[in-house]
Amino acid sequence: MFKLDKLSVCLGFTALVAITAQSSFAQSGSAKFPGIGRVATPAEVAAWDIDVRPDFKGLPKGSGSVEQGQVIWEAKCASCHGTFGESNEIFTPIAGGTTKDDVKTGRVASLKDMKQPQRTTLMKVPTVSTLWDYIYRAMPWNAPRSLTPDDTYALVAFILSLGEIVPDDYVLSNTNIAEVKMPNRNGMTTKHGFWNVSGKPDVNGNACMHNCVPFVQIGSTLPDFARNAHDNIAEQNRMYGPYRGADTTKPPIKELPGLSGAGLAHAADTHSASSKGPAALFKNENCSACHSPNAKLVGPSIADIAKKYEGQSGALDKLMVKVKAGGSGVWGAIPMPPQAQLSDEDRKTLVSWVLSGGK
Amino acid sequence: MEKPVNRARLVKAPEHFISQELIADINSNGLDEKRRGFLRNGFMSAISGAAVGLVAPYTMAAGEGDPAILEKQEWQTTLGKNVATMPYGVPSIYESNLIRRESPGLTRVSAASVAFTPLQGLFGTITPNGLHFERHHQGWYNINPETHRLMVNGLVKNPRVFTMNDLMRLPSISRTHFIECGANTGLEWGNVAVPTVQYTHGMLSCCEFTGVPLRVLLEECGADLKKGKFMLAEGGDGSGMTRTINLESCLNDAIVAWSMNGEMLRPENGFPLRLVVPGVQGVSWVKWLRRLEVGDAPWNSKDEAVHYIELMPNGDHRQYASIQECKSVITTPSGGQQLLDKGFYNVSGMAWSGRGKITRVDVSFDGGNNWRTARLETPVLTKSITRFNIDWVWDGSPAILQSRAMDDTGYIQPSIKTLRNVRGTRSIYHNNAIQSWKLDSNGEVSNVQVG
Repeated sequence: MFKLDKLSVCLGFTALVAITAQSSFAQSGSAKFPGIGRVATPAEVAAWDIDVRPDFKGLPKGSGSVEQGQVIWEAKCASCHGTFGESNEIFTPIAGGTTKDDVKTGRVASLKDMKQPQRTTLMKVPTVSTLWDYIYRAMPWNAPRSLTPDDTYALVAFILSLGEIVPDDYVLSNTNIAEVKMPNRNGMTTKHGFWNVSGKPDVNGNACMHNCVPFVQIGSTLPDFARNAHDNIAEQNRMYGPYRGADTTKPPIKELPGLSGAGLAHAADTHSASSKGPAALFKNENCSACHSPNAKLVGPSIADIAKKYEGQSGALDKLMVKVKAGGSGVWGAIPMPPQAQLSDEDRKTLVSWVLSGGK
Repeated sequence: MEKPVNRARLVKAPEHFISQELIADINSNGLDEKRRGFLRNGFMSAISGAAVGLVAPYTMAAGEGDPAILEKQEWQTTLGKNVATMPYGVPSIYESNLIRRESPGLTRVSAASVAFTPLQGLFGTITPNGLHFERHHQGWYNINPETHRLMVNGLVKNPRVFTMNDLMRLPSISRTHFIECGANTGLEWGNVAVPTVQYTHGMLSCCEFTGVPLRVLLEECGADLKKGKFMLAEGGDGSGMTRTINLESCLNDAIVAWSMNGEMLRPENGFPLRLVVPGVQGVSWVKWLRRLEVGDAPWNSKDEAVHYIELMPNGDHRQYASIQECKSVITTPSGGQQLLDKGFYNVSGMAWSGRGKITRVDVSFDGGNNWRTARLETPVLTKSITRFNIDWVWDGSPAILQSRAMDDTGYIQPSIKTLRNVRGTRSIYHNNAIQSWKLDSNGEVSNVQVG
């Protein structure tokens, strides 16, 4: 009886395997959930499976020189990252903080001596595949997936040359990329308790209940000048209930307001404060991703645009066209993408607002 | 812009704004255009004074009682709004102060930034969907679910493609879990940097997620779960967010989720599909999830080998620091808040652990010298937020409030000093230190670090 049962289970299993194997060619290949999903075609997998691992599994063929990389860099990358990858304006710097000695040892010395105020990408990243994958999948920041594999090899080569990891005449390719020695290749560890749920914590507190500390010392407070750095906290809390927000536009009050709330000067209610208008439109339509009020980001600042066109007749119409169709060359090589999604009315509101300097 | 009118407050009628001289003038000479003008001006200035709330709202008028009781209110005496006036409801206009906010100066571009959850105003354990924190690396899109696809490839027998129609037909589960960005509280590794709990701890949310268990999908595709120790999760956004997932630690509780708190995910949180990896830092909960690749080695993708790494004092970078350790924070009262008066308060906060359930929370009112055990409110769920409350009568003297959580692995939340002794001050990530709030005798609460 037992044997028979086992046999029938076995037969059943074989049948199941046969069905699964057969159906792997069908559009719906599931035994357990028939009709759900379909087989991915090789072309589909190739279109999406672009990741590159440290062992370079997934790396496409191609090559690019430092020189080619520099040309692409100056056109597409320098406005955010600086001409030499040193900019800390928008994102943290790419290059700097590594030495030829680090390339030899595989450990970046400045990570320990704290002489560098900011960690650069080259100080951190242990594997060159990471740079390749990062750039190919997500750069330039405002136009991801627009670079070819050869562009990517060239840009990686240029970045490596900034860190003096490869010479200025280097040509990086899929055949020599494994030879690249990253300065922090030995600087990463997974020997910690955070990788797994079962990992052992490196720090633990204690459960003392009474007379736990000899004296309580306050080591750090928010400096007085930062009181209003996050805007008025009164407007970030409920206007009723036991816990109100402090009016940080003013110095702390002298004494308790009392149950009446007398003396709480913060009672301006923000619920009708409108988030409409050109400033909100500017943010919601993602213009602020590239243009800031005063400093150059990816594109020119609002102040710079206003200044350039100040008093020019026809500036409004000219910029209206430009915002709709996109353009390049006026402010550098980075193109302004077309904004065809905007209604004429919104476009007018935005351009007028920008020309007024954002007032 | 129109001046805001504070409907929540009882504003005293504008009296005594006409001078005695004008009253005498009108009494003897009657009203004319000039005198009407005086009246109008006087009236307007009284109104504007009231609108900014200079009149104390809770002062009971002298006489028989509270006007909020004695006088008929608009909402008692007129017809209210129709059903479905707001077809998808929104919070009361009196709740508009509690919104997601960016920390000024934290990043230069909002498409690669954070908007923090206003923990100071939340109750219970569930984060309202509109207040769930946001963290984007290259901006968010409203992705059309009709054209969204999920591909499973790598070490699988059959690489497969699923539509939303496919996925939502599968047997689903619903689980409540917290999500915390690895960098939550990261601004405070060196010193106090931000004023309120929204900015110190607001990269934290907790929701009920619904979706199909990851294991079901991987098995459905014939994943080799012996050789395949890792999985790459990839997002459909511009950053193509990729993250290595350690299958061993999450295969039993990770969810490929489409719903958050009973509705579809919000676009800012990954609509129409995201990965839910309970207990693990938020960056691994890949939003706009479009691909799962099973593999035999980690990927060292940008966010695990460039960004989300911890710098130790010896210069080592910790990579794949994934688990969010046991942590708690008092949310009411908290930094930037103002108490009205002495007397009784319910002190409340949140506790959570990436390794399991919260078993105990202690609260100190004297900077960590003496502690009392707080009430844990149900439900107490694994890898979820647990709400705690404790009674307190404030005598008006300065105090320092702290909370300390423990989980069912026996882990006890450490002080900032204990944490720094091991990890230095440059980690950015995984700061789960005990938070201290200083209460001054004027009732104002501020962010401080003790020790």
